[in-house]
Amino acid sequence: MSVLIFLDQADGHIKKSSFEAAGYGAAVAKQIGTTAEAIVLGNVNDDLALLGKYGITTVHTVTDEVLNHVDAQVFTKIIAEAATAIAATVIVFSNNFNGKAIAPRLSVRLKAGLVSGAIALPDTTNGFTVRKNVFSGKAFANVTINTAVKIISLNPNSFTVATTEGNAEVAPFAATIEAPKVQVTATDKVVGEVPLSEAEIVVSGGRGLKGPENWGLVTDLAKLLGAATACSRPVADIGWRPHHEHVGQTGLAIAPNLYFAIGISGAIQHLAGVNRSKTIVVINKDPEAPFFKAADYGIVGDAFDVMPKIIEAVKQMKHL
Amino acid sequence: MKILVCISKTPDTTAKIAFADNNTKFAADGVQWIINPYDEWYALVRAIELKEADAATVIHLVTVGGADCDPIIRKALALGGDEAIRVNSDSHDSYFIASQIAAIAKENSYDLIFTGKETIDYNGSSIGGMVAELLDLPYVSLATKFVLEGTTAIINREIEGGEETDKVQLPVVVSCQKGMAEQRIPNMKGIMGARSKPLKVVEPAAAEAFTSIASFTLPPAKAGVKMVSAEHPEELVRLLHEEAKVI
Repeated sequence: MSVLIFLDQADGHIKKSSFEAAGYGAAVAKQIGTTAEAIVLGNVNDDLALLGKYGITTVHTVTDEVLNHVDAQVFTKIIAEAATAIAATVIVFSNNFNGKAIAPRLSVRLKAGLVSGAIALPDTTNGFTVRKNVFSGKAFANVTINTAVKIISLNPNSFTVATTEGNAEVAPFAATIEAPKVQVTATDKVVGEVPLSEAEIVVSGGRGLKGPENWGLVTDLAKLLGAATACSRPVADIGWRPHHEHVGQTGLAIAPNLYFAIGISGAIQHLAGVNRSKTIVVINKDPEAPFFKAADYGIVGDAFDVMPKIIEAVKQMKHL
Repeated sequence: MKILVCISKTPDTTAKIAFADNNTKFAADGVQWIINPYDEWYALVRAIELKEADAATVIHLVTVGGADCDPIIRKALALGGDEAIRVNSDSHDSYFIASQIAAIAKENSYDLIFTGKETIDYNGSSIGGMVAELLDLPYVSLATKFVLEGTTAIINREIEGGEETDKVQLPVVVSCQKGMAEQRIPNMKGIMGARSKPLKVVEPAAAEAFTSIASFTLPPAKAGVKMVSAEHPEELVRLLHEEAKVI
């Protein structure tokens, strides 16, 4: 018996959401009285022994170049082999893009019930029940997994990891690697910025900013706070900002510690993508903007007056 | 070319979320039902566009649900599917539902299976991947663009901070999101035509349910917004630092 955590990596680095999944998996292992082991596929530059700090005893590696791109079918077979080899009874994913591609396949392959979008540790007092987000963040469902092997896909930014001391053992895993049927011909992504899905702080702008030339108000604050930038749907649709920055029901759903909304009215479709944020700040010159009802802090005012003062105050706070 | 589009019935985006029967069921009273937006706007419309480009294309729609799904599936047919299959079951378990869709797919051998990226009610994002595994087919998730070149699909999918371009031979299962297509409104001809299109109701194939919903909970109500004067925005920074402790 053991818990197996899938560590997702990109360009040789373990993703932040996977460290969360590791910490979560270790907590589940402790809860059910077993050890937590992890698996990572492809070439990784990080020191994997450091996963010990997250409570992982062993990191299984399969370092084949073909695994540097994620093919859900190929990955599923390898993870299933590893899960069987170490007799995993719980398998943990981050519910990020790759987790959403792989976890459902693995559920079928291992005949293991899946809860995707989990936000808390399982309740094992009577069966095995995991709380997840439903209705686009407007409610939770407590879902009982009735199979012997369980899969949990953890929403990013929903579990606080406690780190300890210790090193994990890093062990190559001899897996059968099939040729992927999906061939990756190009990748196009921004480098050097905090990925939106993993950011703890997100600064977001809407139509109230009047044009892309005014986005310095968003990006300056984001840079100071180490935050990712986001935008509302109309802003992405008009082309003021790239589509991957669009948060909301049709865009990305995020749950940062702080969501800072500037000039966004807060339509229900926008809220569906951000309502899981722990703290929401709304700056809007319309006191009737619906977003204020969902906010923790608000300022009714013109962003062009208010934002430079906020940026200045943050600089002072950070002694810059 | 044969395409299967998976359709789900969901409460309207603006529907009030409440629960009944000791918080074990969604309170459906007075709720307006819609086609899950990702299924409709992206999966179905992209399938229709492919049919418009190649008239020999056949589009089947499948839904797993009770008779109350019929108006939804008729609306989908009005947009452009050729025929629909409803698997008569109220199950909410992803594996059970995926097994039903896979059973239909095995009978009809489709070149393409489209789903929405997730439903806006249960937010599972699981059906596409499960169907692909059940059929041993490749799966491209969260697709933003789909181009067909003969029997090869060129698909863009979202990754952290950007996109990846994938090339894959049909058949393939694809989950669709924004970018794939633009929302359409059914026209009168479509609505009239949908009435005579076949809607076959079949009983579910034998399959397990891996999960069950024990209960629902509503999030605690927000304490209310704390307003800061526009004259003193620096007070907001102090509150975020000292009170909320988020910066």
